[in-house]
Amino acid sequence: MYCQECGKKPATLHFTKIVNGEKTEFHICEGCARERGEGIPGSPNSFSIHSLLSGLLDFNAIGNSSSALSGAPQQPIRCEECGLTYTQFSKIGRFGCSSCYQAFSERLDPLLKRVHSSTTHNGKIPKRSGGLIQCRREIERLRKDLHTHIEQEEFESAATLRDEIRELERKIAEM
Amino acid sequence: MKGLTVHRFSQDALSDWMRTLGPDSDVVISSRVRVARNLRKQPFPMLATSAQANEVLEQLADVSKSGKLDEVGSFETLLLSELSELDKRVLVEKHLISPNLANESRGGAVVLSENESVSIMINEEDHLRIQCLYPGFQIGEAWALASGIDDIYEEVADYAFDEKRGYLTTCPTNVGTGIRASVMMHLPALVLTQQINRILTAVTQVGLAVRGLYGEGSEALGNLFQISNQITLGQSEAEIIDNLHDVAKQIIEHERAARKRLLAESRLRTEDRVKRSFGILSHAVIMDSKEAAQRLSDVRLGVDLELLPDVTPQVLNELLVMTQPGYLQQTFNEKMSTEQRDVRRAELIREKLKVAQIQD
Repeated sequence: MYCQECGKKPATLHFTKIVNGEKTEFHICEGCARERGEGIPGSPNSFSIHSLLSGLLDFNAIGNSSSALSGAPQQPIRCEECGLTYTQFSKIGRFGCSSCYQAFSERLDPLLKRVHSSTTHNGKIPKRSGGLIQCRREIERLRKDLHTHIEQEEFESAATLRDEIRELERKIAEM
Repeated sequence: MKGLTVHRFSQDALSDWMRTLGPDSDVVISSRVRVARNLRKQPFPMLATSAQANEVLEQLADVSKSGKLDEVGSFETLLLSELSELDKRVLVEKHLISPNLANESRGGAVVLSENESVSIMINEEDHLRIQCLYPGFQIGEAWALASGIDDIYEEVADYAFDEKRGYLTTCPTNVGTGIRASVMMHLPALVLTQQINRILTAVTQVGLAVRGLYGEGSEALGNLFQISNQITLGQSEAEIIDNLHDVAKQIIEHERAARKRLLAESRLRTEDRVKRSFGILSHAVIMDSKEAAQRLSDVRLGVDLELLPDVTPQVLNELLVMTQPGYLQQTFNEKMSTEQRDVRRAELIREKLKVAQIQD
C-alpha cells in the first residue's frame, strides 16, 4: 500500500478512526509523517490532533486542485473578517475567528462528518441570544405535531397547534 | 497580596474538592467537564492582537469581579503574566490550568474557585473555557455546574453561536456543544488480568477516547486512564454525558469483577504485590516518577481491597500531585537535578506514609 500523502513510498503509519461504527483509514509513509515535524511514527503522540486534521484537509485540497486543472486559476478562499485563507486553515487545523465557519462553510461538511459523524448542532442554545433559534426550533416541532394530528383527523387539536405556530411566528417577526 | 493568593493555590497538593471521596471512588478518582466558548466579535486567541486579547480578558474577568458568580462560590482571578514559571507548573500539575494556557497564552487568566473545583480559563485556545471537577464518579453533576456557569457568562458575553454548527470554537474538534467530559479511572485489576486492551478498544468504538494520565502518549503511568467524549457535534450534551456515564459504569463493574477475581484466584500474590510496593515506598531512598506511579497504584489497589488498613485514599491522591517534578521543586524550594528530585520524591513519600525516617 502506498502513502496517501505522496503516493510514492509505501505507507508505514496506519491510523484507523472509528466513529459510530463508521471507519476511516489513513495510511502515510514515514517521510511524510516526519515532514510534518511531528516526530516519527510509532513514537507516542507522533500525530497531534491538529496535524491529523490538517492531513484530512490537505487530502481535500489535493482532490480539489486536480479536478480544477483545466479551469482558470482559483481565487483563494479567504475569511473576510480575520483574513485567514482556507489553505492556512488546512495547515494549522484551527479557525481564526467565528466568521471563518461561514467563509469555509462549503468545505467543512466532509471534515466535520469525518470528525464527528455529523454536521449539525443538536445541543444547548444560548438563552439570551438564542431566543430566535429556539422559536424556530419550536415551530419546527409544532409543525411536525400538526401534521400528525391532521393525518389522524384530530382537527380540534390541530387548530390549537396552528394558533401556537402563528403566535410564535408573530414573536419572531417582532424580534 | 497577589503572591499570597497564588501561594494558596500552588502550595496545597490536594485541592479542597479532593478531600472528600465521591461515589465509586474505589475506581473513579475524578470527573471533569470542560466547556469551550468564544465571543462573537473578537478574533480567536490564536489571531488576536495583544490589545484584542486584553479586551477579551477585561470583559470576561468582569463577570467574576461583579459578583455574578457568588452563587456558585467565591472566586479569585490570577493573571498568567503575574505568575512565576514554577507557580504555573504546579497549577498545571494540579490540572487547574492547561499547559497551553501556561505556556502560550497572551492576556491569559484563570478564575479559580476557593475549593479549586471550578477553573475558568480566559484566552486559552478559546476565549473562555469553563472546567468543573468533582471527586469520584459525578459526571452529571460536573456538567450541571459547568452549564450553570456558562449561563452566567452568557448573560454578559455575546457568544459566537451558529444555528447549524452550534458553539463555534478555534478547533473543529470542539465545535457544536464545545464540551469535553472525562472521568479519571484507576484500573489496576484490568491491567493485571490483561483485559485492559480489549476494553479500551471497545471504548474507542463508541466515540470515546482513552488516554493514560501523567504518561507519555498512550502509556498509562500508574494504571490511571482518562476516558472522554470525542464527538462534540450532532449529539446533545445529555447524550454525550449519558454515553460516557454508561460506558464508565460498565468499566467500573469490570474492574470490580477483576479485583474480586484477583482476590479469589491469587490472593497471596496480590497481597504480596501490594505490600511489597508499600514496603518499598516506605523505605526507598531513590524513587523515580515512573516507579512511584506504579507502586502508588499497587498501594491504592491494596487500600481498596482492604489489605492496607492504615493508608487513606486521600494520602494517595495527595501523593499523585506531590510526586510531580514542579511540585517537588516548589516544596523543597531549590533547583534540582533529576537524581536529586528522585531522592526528594522518596523522602516525601516516606514522610507521607508515616514511616520512621531513615536517619542520615
